[in-house]
Amino acid sequence: MDMVTNVTNLGRSGLGDWLIQRFSAVILAAYALYILGSFLVHPEMDYLQWRAIFDSTAMRFFSLITVLALCAHAWIGMWTISTDYLTSVQLGSRATVYRILFQAVCALITVVYLLWGIQILW
Amino acid sequence: MLVSIYRYNPDTDAKPVMQDIEVDMPAGKDLMVLDVLELAKNKDPSITYRRSCREGVCGSDGMNINGTNGLACITPISVAVKPGKKLVLRPLPGLPVIRDLVVDLTIFYKQFEKIKPYLINDTPAPGIERLQSPEDREKLDGLYECILCACCNTNCPSFWWNPDKFIGPAGLLQAYRFLADSRDTATAARLSELDDPFSVFRCRGIMNCVAVCPKGLNPTRAIGHIRSMLIQQGT
Repeated sequence: MDMVTNVTNLGRSGLGDWLIQRFSAVILAAYALYILGSFLVHPEMDYLQWRAIFDSTAMRFFSLITVLALCAHAWIGMWTISTDYLTSVQLGSRATVYRILFQAVCALITVVYLLWGIQILW
Repeated sequence: MLVSIYRYNPDTDAKPVMQDIEVDMPAGKDLMVLDVLELAKNKDPSITYRRSCREGVCGSDGMNINGTNGLACITPISVAVKPGKKLVLRPLPGLPVIRDLVVDLTIFYKQFEKIKPYLINDTPAPGIERLQSPEDREKLDGLYECILCACCNTNCPSFWWNPDKFIGPAGLLQAYRFLADSRDTATAARLSELDDPFSVFRCRGIMNCVAVCPKGLNPTRAIGHIRSMLIQQGT
């Protein structure tokens, strides 16, 4: 069981996941505030202004870090939800099958989102 | 007073039923829930529950009283039931029922056992006893008083979901009781046993444990201390 646990959770320890979850939340909050702030600074933002914000290298890195943070945050969250709700206590002997299917879908969405995000940024 | 009691014998009953029993209450007295349960048992001796000391020390009669976990022996009827309403008694939630209000606590004790609830000290024992300063002893206040009634664990969704992996508030309170003990030398080993995604970190800090603890203890705070110790050990 320990081996399975280590393979599927992200930080390889409860503390690691817990810290990643909180650290990524701070990045996501900072990014969200920055984007909101940009709208406040440019109340009538057009496409060119929008492009200009994202053209700078600093903003590209900020966006990339945010996409990475979002993927890590979402994966830990969805993995935790799946191991809370999709267990043998709730679903009986087939729980492991349902859980792995659910986790596979989440992993796929996360990877697609990450690759797509990188493609948009670069 | 009308008392509604959960009745279930897994060997003979297809499913549990709630049995209503009218109990004659002595006038001018605020009885404890356990007293009313005893009066009900006088009417139907087949009602089954655990009890022993009847003063909140042994932890035997933890049960769900009108939706809230508590010890029947120290919960006054005036606190448990609104005037004119009936008293509803169910077993502690989330554990297998053996009979009526008696639940199987095996998994609860297993989680308790996991945290090695005893002092570990590998240094040679002194002639008389291991001394502790009053300040160090004070650190154990609010931790050692747990009576293992299981009211907290069975009120915790994380324990309902992962009773085999999440230690639960009662066990974690005791885990911290030994982590905080100046005489214990197994701190690092104890912490590394807890650093998996389930044992400690399934706690979401919703404080259901704090809300129901009949001894007024605070497992959530102890879990926070364990988390801090894990962070300090990890860095």
